[in-house]
Amino acid sequence: MTAVTNHAPTPARTSRTGVGVVVGIALLVLTVTSVFIGVSDVTPASLVRADADSHAAFLLLVSRIPRTVAVLLVGASLGIAGLIMQMMVRNRFVEPSTTGVTEFATLGMLGCIVLAPALPVVGKAAVAAVFGLAGTWVFLQVIKAVPVRQLVLVPLVGIMLGGVVGAFTTFIAYRMDLLQSLGQWSQGSFASVMAGRYELLWLAGAMVIVAWVAADRFSVIGLGEDFATNLGLNCRRVMAIGMVIIAVITATVLATAGIVPFLGLVVPNVVSLIIGDNVRRAIPWVAGLGAVFILACDILARVVRFPYEIPLSVIVGIVGAGIFLWLLLRKGSRAH
Amino acid sequence: MIVLDGATKRYGSTTVLDQVSLSFGEEGVTALIGPNGAGKSTLFSVIGRLLQPEEGRVLVDDLDVATAPSRTLATRLAVLRQDNHIAARLTVADLVEFGRFPHSRGRMTTEDREHVEQALDYLDLQPYRARYLDQLSGGQRQRAFVAMVLAQDTRYVLLDEPLNNLDLRHAVEIMRLLRRMADELGKRIVVVLHDINVAARYCDRIVAMRDGRVVCDGPAAEVMDPEVLESVYDLPVDVREIDGRLVALTAG
Amino acid sequence: MRARDRTQPLVSVPPDAAHSTQNGTELAPEPHGLRRLWHSPGARLTVLGCAVVILVACYLLTDVPGSLAFAVTIRGMTVLAMLVVSTAVGISTVVFHTITANRILTPSIMGFDAFYGLVATAMVFFGGSAAFLNADTLTLWFVQLVVMVAFSVLLFTWLFGGKRRSLHLMLLVGIVLGTFLRALAEWMQRMLDPLDFQVVTDAMFASLSRPDETLLMLTGGLVVAGVVALIPLLRILDVLTLGESMAVGLGVDHRRVVMGLFAIVSVMVAASTSMVGPILFFGLIVSNLAYSYVGSFRHRFTLPAAVGLGMVCLVGGQLVLERVFGFGGALAMIIEFTGGLFFLYLVLRKGAR
Repeated sequence: MTAVTNHAPTPARTSRTGVGVVVGIALLVLTVTSVFIGVSDVTPASLVRADADSHAAFLLLVSRIPRTVAVLLVGASLGIAGLIMQMMVRNRFVEPSTTGVTEFATLGMLGCIVLAPALPVVGKAAVAAVFGLAGTWVFLQVIKAVPVRQLVLVPLVGIMLGGVVGAFTTFIAYRMDLLQSLGQWSQGSFASVMAGRYELLWLAGAMVIVAWVAADRFSVIGLGEDFATNLGLNCRRVMAIGMVIIAVITATVLATAGIVPFLGLVVPNVVSLIIGDNVRRAIPWVAGLGAVFILACDILARVVRFPYEIPLSVIVGIVGAGIFLWLLLRKGSRAH
Repeated sequence: MIVLDGATKRYGSTTVLDQVSLSFGEEGVTALIGPNGAGKSTLFSVIGRLLQPEEGRVLVDDLDVATAPSRTLATRLAVLRQDNHIAARLTVADLVEFGRFPHSRGRMTTEDREHVEQALDYLDLQPYRARYLDQLSGGQRQRAFVAMVLAQDTRYVLLDEPLNNLDLRHAVEIMRLLRRMADELGKRIVVVLHDINVAARYCDRIVAMRDGRVVCDGPAAEVMDPEVLESVYDLPVDVREIDGRLVALTAG
Repeated sequence: MRARDRTQPLVSVPPDAAHSTQNGTELAPEPHGLRRLWHSPGARLTVLGCAVVILVACYLLTDVPGSLAFAVTIRGMTVLAMLVVSTAVGISTVVFHTITANRILTPSIMGFDAFYGLVATAMVFFGGSAAFLNADTLTLWFVQLVVMVAFSVLLFTWLFGGKRRSLHLMLLVGIVLGTFLRALAEWMQRMLDPLDFQVVTDAMFASLSRPDETLLMLTGGLVVAGVVALIPLLRILDVLTLGESMAVGLGVDHRRVVMGLFAIVSVMVAASTSMVGPILFFGLIVSNLAYSYVGSFRHRFTLPAAVGLGMVCLVGGQLVLERVFGFGGALAMIIEFTGGLFFLYLVLRKGAR
């Protein structure tokens, strides 16, 4: 968990810059592609002929751009949530969906739908965030007894926890005859995102900024609580900030796009392979790569069975699970 | 005799045991010393068949560790490793009874019970026999583990850093006990130690390892030498004789 | 780190008193006799056994609307199914806890339910719900069983039999694969019409009522075979609680034994899942209750206790639901529900050890 890279010699640095440029270009290209992919024909040319066909411009503003922005925000913020969580738990293999946080938030959302269906989305997201907060707390309590060395046991316990809460949610949904609708909104997808339905995500974006500001503290937390206290850090407060960041990101993403598994786990790990574990340096990378990853998945989801969409979570689940397995099983992984 | 013949163990590109050829079994107590990462624990794992060496062989009384039945080996050789975390809640007596497992396969005979009682007596654990392990102090717990190894009734006993986390008194207690086990019961004991003065005081032979190799092997007087110790630890060491005992002092 | 007061009553026994029990030389002073007896695992098992018999008798023989013989035959099948399920689930969970050295995991999380769900969903998806509902239950059971056992054996030989030897890693890989399969199944489920969807979800919830007779016999046979295979391993299981390195030192062929145990566990879980549907947390309740009830680490006590407590939960639960609340179909679900709550309580109180 310690920062591997000191001030790297020149070759490493140039190759890192190279990767950075590639990520940046990919982000740009994918963003543009994302804007112009869809059932209705929106091309740059049709936009230029604005007078003839204002429909294209309308579509662009109401659907395509919001969708792309939402995808970018979700990718960036989920990556950050995973990164912060990994620092707090000092374990590479955690993120909201492997620690029960997502499942707790989903339970909160379901509770809202059952008890207060009229609540606006913001209210539902707030309740989900409170549940997510509780979930983070429960997880942190539970893994206190797990020795830090047992890297794989921590996500195992977290997933078990998530499984229990998830089963609970499913059970309630089943009794209330809400199972199919639970499937509808909890399955990660950007198909229904349009202007007026995604703005909540800016809150997740704000959390990314908060994370950036507090980055160094999370770096220190990552070295261990004793160590952090020794450096004069108020551990509890930093942990609390981290929990809020994680809960808000999880809840807002859940309320707008649904569950997007593994992203928060995969992206920070890949970034750490490239640049090491310094949080401040990692944040823009994690945000950028997270956005690239999910943009690519979203575009894939839209084109594989064109004109129908595959739910994004299926693509992310398949790709993410694959990368997760690779991370676990690759040589030099500390998982075994 | 425990014989290692060119044993080599690698993790990826790092070699943790490099062509180690050694034998134990002549002397009563042998100390294994060396800096962290010298390969001492790996050596124990290889002898104790937790790890397979990539090259070379390990023989215990002419039985090849790789092929001989695990149960037969367990009646010849007992290994006590570092931090023995036990998830289940056991009493001292339960633990010591486990030492008889290689002999009884869990069905305790009268003879097995005698061995258990003797081991408990030998380590003064009778008053604590019904206590749970997590109710014991560090020294008592370590004694309970040694009692288990004793009940296993093997000729060879390997202990990996048994003095870890013990205070001076309990450390001395354990070392005296090992000495007695060797002298009175005829055990052949190999013990990993970090304190070379303790090694020099209680052991007949000291084996020093570094970077997966044996760098020095001989009676305590031979190893307690400034040059030898410096080559092992990369640190200037001064050796003085105080009241007829050799004592190593770190310089500076 | 350690659970402080896992078995409070045991601690309160004065050490020398427990000592004399061990030797059996001095007998206890009279007033403590009953209490001492209550602390012995054997006595507790006997009490549990009596409770199970009484509950079963109550369930079979009371509140009979018509012919007694008919009611006993019908209800007997349900009791038998409960026995098979609690044996399979209780034993597999306890054994799994021992080989993974952790008491909050269950074997079913590592993808068994995901496979079950995927097979069910795929059948409905490609064949329609009619095909699924009319399919030969025996064939279905067999397909499910083979798929699940094959998966776990593959996983196990890959990650435990070979060079890498990490049980926890293997479990995590199993779970990740499970998530992957679940994503696939969910995607298919989303394309189903509501009626078909209902069929799939009904299949995803375990149901104990009205088991198919042949199926019950087959599953029961497999479970009995598993139990028989376990009997000679009971004492080795005790040694495994000491952890891998100590077990090896005591002459246990760790890899072979764990492979064998894991095979038994997978067959038991797969067989019971194929029969009644996925059961996730039932095993957690009964195993942890069993540990604190018998207060011994020895498997000859904990295993029967887990089965007995499973029976108490199932038969007792069914009795209460049927006779007090008047509906009997939802037992498995309610037990899963309380199992989840119990799990949360457990991990919050004791941590994940």
